[in-house]
Amino acid sequence: MSTFLGMPVHAPRGVGHLRGDESFPAAARTALGDSQLRRNLQHATTTIRGKSGRVIAELPDWQELRSAGSALKASTMARLPELLEQLEEKVTAAGGVVHWAADANEANQIVTDLVRATGSQRVIKVKSMATQEIGLNEALEAAGITPVETDLAELIVQLGNDKPSHILVPAIHRNRSEIREIFLRAMPGVDPKLTDDPPVLAGAARRYLRETFMSTTVAVSGANFAIADTGTLAVVESEGNGRMCLTLPETLITVMGIEKLVPTWQDLEVFLQLLPRASTGERMNPYTSMWTGVTPGDGPQNFHLVLLDNGRTAVLADEVGRQALHCIRCSACLNVCPVYERTGGHAYGSVYPGPIGAILSPQLTGVEDNASLPYASSLCGACFDACPVKIDIPSILVHLRNQAPHPRTEAAVMAAAAYTMDHPRLYRSAQRAAKLSRIAGRRGRGLPPPLNGWSASRDLPAPPKETFRDWWRNR
Amino acid sequence: MRIALFVTCLADTMFPAAAKATVLLLERLGHEVVFPQEQTCCGQMHINTGYQKDALPLVKRHVRTFEPYDVVVAPSGSCVGSVRHQHAMVAGSDAGLAARASAVAARTYELSELLVDVLGVEDVGAYYPHRVTYHPTCHSLRVLRVGDKPERLLRNVRGLDLVELPAAEQCCGFGGTFSVKNADTSTAMLADKMRHVLDTGADVCTAGDASCLMHIGGGLSRLQTGVRTVHLAEILASTEA
Ligand code: SF4
Repeated sequence: MSTFLGMPVHAPRGVGHLRGDESFPAAARTALGDSQLRRNLQHATTTIRGKSGRVIAELPDWQELRSAGSALKASTMARLPELLEQLEEKVTAAGGVVHWAADANEANQIVTDLVRATGSQRVIKVKSMATQEIGLNEALEAAGITPVETDLAELIVQLGNDKPSHILVPAIHRNRSEIREIFLRAMPGVDPKLTDDPPVLAGAARRYLRETFMSTTVAVSGANFAIADTGTLAVVESEGNGRMCLTLPETLITVMGIEKLVPTWQDLEVFLQLLPRASTGERMNPYTSMWTGVTPGDGPQNFHLVLLDNGRTAVLADEVGRQALHCIRCSACLNVCPVYERTGGHAYGSVYPGPIGAILSPQLTGVEDNASLPYASSLCGACFDACPVKIDIPSILVHLRNQAPHPRTEAAVMAAAAYTMDHPRLYRSAQRAAKLSRIAGRRGRGLPPPLNGWSASRDLPAPPKETFRDWWRNR
Repeated sequence: MRIALFVTCLADTMFPAAAKATVLLLERLGHEVVFPQEQTCCGQMHINTGYQKDALPLVKRHVRTFEPYDVVVAPSGSCVGSVRHQHAMVAGSDAGLAARASAVAARTYELSELLVDVLGVEDVGAYYPHRVTYHPTCHSLRVLRVGDKPERLLRNVRGLDLVELPAAEQCCGFGGTFSVKNADTSTAMLADKMRHVLDTGADVCTAGDASCLMHIGGGLSRLQTGVRTVHLAEILASTEA
């Protein structure tokens, strides 16, 4: 069977959640004005950072593990087509059915058709970034099928009619009193005396979800890993709700980005050490579910694997940018990012927020459709240090900025500046102009846009009496 | 040792005191400092803003200018970071230029690296009677990995009371054109950095990058906090006499 996925194209417009309604600076401005959000985020990211830092420090070979993870991913990407074919072969041999989806529309159609064929009006969902990316819930709802998110945080987001703002903790922007209000408003059969005590909130969700698990015959999941040489899929999670979805229903449909492959079973050894420590700050993730096709009499008897491209082949074609496909969605880069910590995830306009979102979303959609994201970083480098598979996020940001469409005035100013800097005599007269410049007003407070972005909160230094060059010449 | 000064366009134009201090410090330690006149800007702003093509002539100029020297120093972690990690990339398919750029990069040091690693001094004989906190700038810390070299130098300064900056490793929010393109986010980051600086009770905040100090100093000045920003080179160049 052919695995040709078509010419590399970007994720289509009008479907899924990879593009925001406004630019990053505009969306960030709204988020920055929300002091409750700022407090929630600061508290949550500081806590996860501390926890993760402590368990990483326990491993003397953490740097070697990171290098191994990085090398494994690089070699996987180098022979992705061959490994995907191998995966298809193994899954099929084990009784599963493999579907190829070139983009979000195809994937949504495939899943909708599969659910329809079962006759079920409802599906339970394991937390999954890929299905968020393609807007599967909306597609199912449009077809009259009710998707129920079973990850606690994802459920909070769904019931609140909200959008996820973090890869791992989609409701990180909510605190417990907000969660109580959402449950009271939207959870079927909720106890009206609900308090905001975390165990009580979890108990309410458990009761609701248990009922749903017992009465639903179809589940949809993503996958953290797929092992090419055995055809095994793996989902790691903390709550056990994923395990329920993966084992109870009759039919399981897994939607997986084509980059989630690892070549062999043994390779998981590296990633299962890296992922929990970088992501939740646990030594081992509480639930690791693995399945290979269908096991008669045990677990789902129908298994479908939907392999999703949706722009990934285009990312793979970029020698620098393709590293973004190495991501194991641990969210460590979000938790250490000083920009994310202040703006939260919604400002990024995509299901992939934070540093990884800033390099992945523009590549999946084409840079024109997410032109402000590569600039949503001060290039401080904290993400690169935190990434368990050593993705050089700052370098990819710079690479994408070089591909982004530039505002015309800015481009003219930059060209003029470069020309001046390449002509020392012009440079020296420009320096004199800077020195004498009073047009900026007192300490720069009269600067015109966009430079007033600086002067709104910061003074300019007083121009010195002589440049270094002048001093050197006269000494 | 004969050392070429890569002054950086920002220090040359806006912060000559940091550049002068670098010269006077190295001369005091018995070295010869030369200033290649043809230098202008390393191109970092262009590269980081997405204008690699415009940066190419600047990279060529930089390589040409500094090629003849065995040791090059700059009072900036960020500009040395650009030379070391970006110039060869900007050269792109021009393998000859890339190799020359890498060779220059290998001989280019940020000030604290030059002092501690190359010249082997940690006590430069400075005197600076102030309460000082040190902000490790992102590019010194995570691109160059200067580690605690600046602090080792500061601890040996007579009269200086070095106080630890809380959450020191967090970015101040400058990020070059980020500070203008994402002014609101940048300002929110700066606000936290300033709060931490003020918490130390220091009267001086120092760093190895004039650009980050311009940012932090600009905020501290706007709020009239009375805390000054002073480049590491200026502190190390200060003496009792
Ligand atoms: S880019 Fe790295 S740090 Fe960020 S989510 Fe992916 S694997 Fe984790």
